[in-house]
Amino acid sequence: MDTLSSLADGFSVALTFQNIGLALLGCFLGTIMGALPGLGPSNGVAILIPLAFTLGLGPTPALILLTSVYYGAMYGGRISSILLNIPGDEPAMMTCLDGYPMAQQGRAGEALALSGIASFVGAFFATWGLVLLAPQLVKVALLFGPAEYFALFTLAFATLGGISASNQAKSAFAAALGLGLAMIGVDTQTGVPRFTFGEVHLYDGIDFLVAIVGLFALSEVFIFLEHRGSAEEEAAKPKVVIGKIAPSWGLIRYCTPTMLRTTVLGFIAGVLPGAGASLGSFISYSLEKKLVDKKGTFGTGDPRGVAAPEAGNNAAAGGALVPMLALGVPGSGTTAVLLAVLLALNITPGPLLFTQNPDVVWGLIAALFIGNFMLLAMNIPMVGLFVRVLMVPPRILMPIVAMISFVGIYGISGSSFDLMVMVGFGIMGWALRKLDVPLVPVILGTLLGNEMEVNLRRAVTINDGDYSILVGSPLTLILWAIAIVGFVLPIFVGGIVRARMRKAAAKDETATAATEGANPD
Amino acid sequence: MKIAALPLIGGLAIAGALAMAVSAASAFEPERTECIAPANPGGGWDFTCRQVGKSLQDLGLIKSTMQVVNLSGGGGGVAFAEVVNKRNDANDLIIAASSATATRLAQNAYPGNTMDQVRWLAAVGADYGVIAVAKDSEINTLPELLEKIKDDPSSVSIGGGSAVGGWDHLKVLIAAQKAGISDVRSVKYIAFAGGGEAVTQLLAGSLQAFTGDLSEAKGFVDSGDIKVLAVLAPERLEGEFADMPTAKEQGIDAIGANWRGFYAPGGMSGEAYEFWVDAIGTLYASDEWKAVMETNGLAPLDLQGAEFEAFVRDSVDNITALSKEIGILQ
Repeated sequence: MDTLSSLADGFSVALTFQNIGLALLGCFLGTIMGALPGLGPSNGVAILIPLAFTLGLGPTPALILLTSVYYGAMYGGRISSILLNIPGDEPAMMTCLDGYPMAQQGRAGEALALSGIASFVGAFFATWGLVLLAPQLVKVALLFGPAEYFALFTLAFATLGGISASNQAKSAFAAALGLGLAMIGVDTQTGVPRFTFGEVHLYDGIDFLVAIVGLFALSEVFIFLEHRGSAEEEAAKPKVVIGKIAPSWGLIRYCTPTMLRTTVLGFIAGVLPGAGASLGSFISYSLEKKLVDKKGTFGTGDPRGVAAPEAGNNAAAGGALVPMLALGVPGSGTTAVLLAVLLALNITPGPLLFTQNPDVVWGLIAALFIGNFMLLAMNIPMVGLFVRVLMVPPRILMPIVAMISFVGIYGISGSSFDLMVMVGFGIMGWALRKLDVPLVPVILGTLLGNEMEVNLRRAVTINDGDYSILVGSPLTLILWAIAIVGFVLPIFVGGIVRARMRKAAAKDETATAATEGANPD
Repeated sequence: MKIAALPLIGGLAIAGALAMAVSAASAFEPERTECIAPANPGGGWDFTCRQVGKSLQDLGLIKSTMQVVNLSGGGGGVAFAEVVNKRNDANDLIIAASSATATRLAQNAYPGNTMDQVRWLAAVGADYGVIAVAKDSEINTLPELLEKIKDDPSSVSIGGGSAVGGWDHLKVLIAAQKAGISDVRSVKYIAFAGGGEAVTQLLAGSLQAFTGDLSEAKGFVDSGDIKVLAVLAPERLEGEFADMPTAKEQGIDAIGANWRGFYAPGGMSGEAYEFWVDAIGTLYASDEWKAVMETNGLAPLDLQGAEFEAFVRDSVDNITALSKEIGILQ
């Protein structure tokens, strides 16, 4: 009851004309920034910090503006994933897998609206989780030592095979490539630079955004250039159909269990510092696929494959605020930026934040609720507008994609070196596409590989080189068990699943499987 | 950020031309001031730029808003190289620096660059190092901790927010050395992505001790979750930190300050250098800056111009010696 009255106070702080205006502005700008490849939530928030300071905003309004941008960008990231197969930011990567196929089947409107709703569900329940559970959740974060983190990241890798069904060896190759890329940079555990070739720009490692934009956006441009003007290519392309905008209630209901499950998963991933939204959306997708994908429709435009990562990553965004507010430890890049804003506003996040600055915390949480409803209200009607992007002919769209990629990447660090790295990744992405190697595991390898490695080495160093610490706690054993089951099970039951898949494929078109799938088979 | 950066570069060219015209007539007056934070938004350098930029404007020391440019990479090396190679005679530019800058310069981690290629302006405060343990730890003083490490180095894992060889690591080694631990390499240091993550692991029980800056530990000290064994300051700090014992009073003469300050391009004109030294000096002496220091857990470090340059040189030399000893430098 205490919490609820504090929350009511928070609403009275947040519900002023100025604050609502700021939330609206933040949501709008955030959505756009999220949708532009290269500009993710962390850059979006960082770009607007000077605005917040120049406007002379107090702590609460400034935070309302910036967290609206944060949530907005988490919503926006999905738009370019679905429409162009180019993730707007890291967590939106998983949405490409089913979102883009849906768009190709003429269901872009549905995919966008459904992912908007999934984002809302994820963020809404995560915010409630933040309200009700923040103090208890801190204890969960404290259960995770280096050994537990290592097991968690291994678990993520063990389920990697699930995301691209076609050729496991190629996904494994892609993941290994990503792991290799993650090695670049100064090794924190010894201070020694690895694979930097004396180039100072590489000391901090490869920026994930540079890699993503290169691999996804630029390689798309290269593919287009390659086929420029060839008539049969144009003819071979399926005609773009916009299709209906609003998903049916049946479809929403059909995806609801998926959304609720992945919200919980994503939220937990968000709460763990160092795991974050990318892991949230990834684990949500791959575990959901393992759980419900009986017919092998994931990856071919299954609406649940759109709902899962979106609910997961937005829930993780809410979850990441728990360690930031309660421990002063950022759970993601964006919360690191928000943390800095808090410090600049003379607010020290940490165990005492809830007692020392209740107005700020509860005002912020109330603003999250308000922003979330605004985003839903803003995103659903705008779906009709977004899908028009598909009508833009590639000869106009592709130069724009190239331009936005270059501008966005240069904007991150103001370094032309990053542009060259991006072009390098573009060429690599083009080659990998030719070889039919999936791109998502490359990024996941880079993103998760780093954390996996440092946590392994931390754990082993702490235990004086004795590897037994890796199975030294009940939690690690549970995580290992899930990882092993996730890895081994598909190998044994793979034959059965494949047989069923063939049957399912023969029975109906995968695209229309959605509505039928509601009945147990 | 490109959007912001483009007009800025154009503007700088104009500003540079204007500044030259003005300085011919009178003392230097910067037009379009710029501060490079050599890291992504959110870190200490970013904070230094933004806070100083804001305060300089509030105090009327500069006319317009200071533009903060984040030029991350190579732990500050990218920005250092950029300033040396491309912006060497900019008069409107200052760059945030800290102990980490000195550490990397000492360890040759900015390939081909040395501290003499730029001019050191002034410090704006120091964040003293602390060594802390969890509240329920049986260890209560710094000598106890160091004694334990001496007896069995593998029994104590110390975590901090910098890489191996970084400043958080070196601080512990300085203390260990002063306590007579001959092989400082045996001290078990675990690197984390930030001080906050290291404190979390201390609370989770993975680590036995934490080394970091006072500002990183403050929130957890206030809440009573961690116990500060020693603050590595020459004397006790003022205000709310007065209860914390120094290492020195426990017989371990170790001082470790993470200073924050600025450098400027090496080819900056004499007048411009004077202007910036004066401006940051005036800022440092103001009441407003004192308030900023207090809320951010910064302790005094009043050094400008030549004095500051000598201080940086001193710390680079000390870190070079220590790094050789622990084998990071050959």
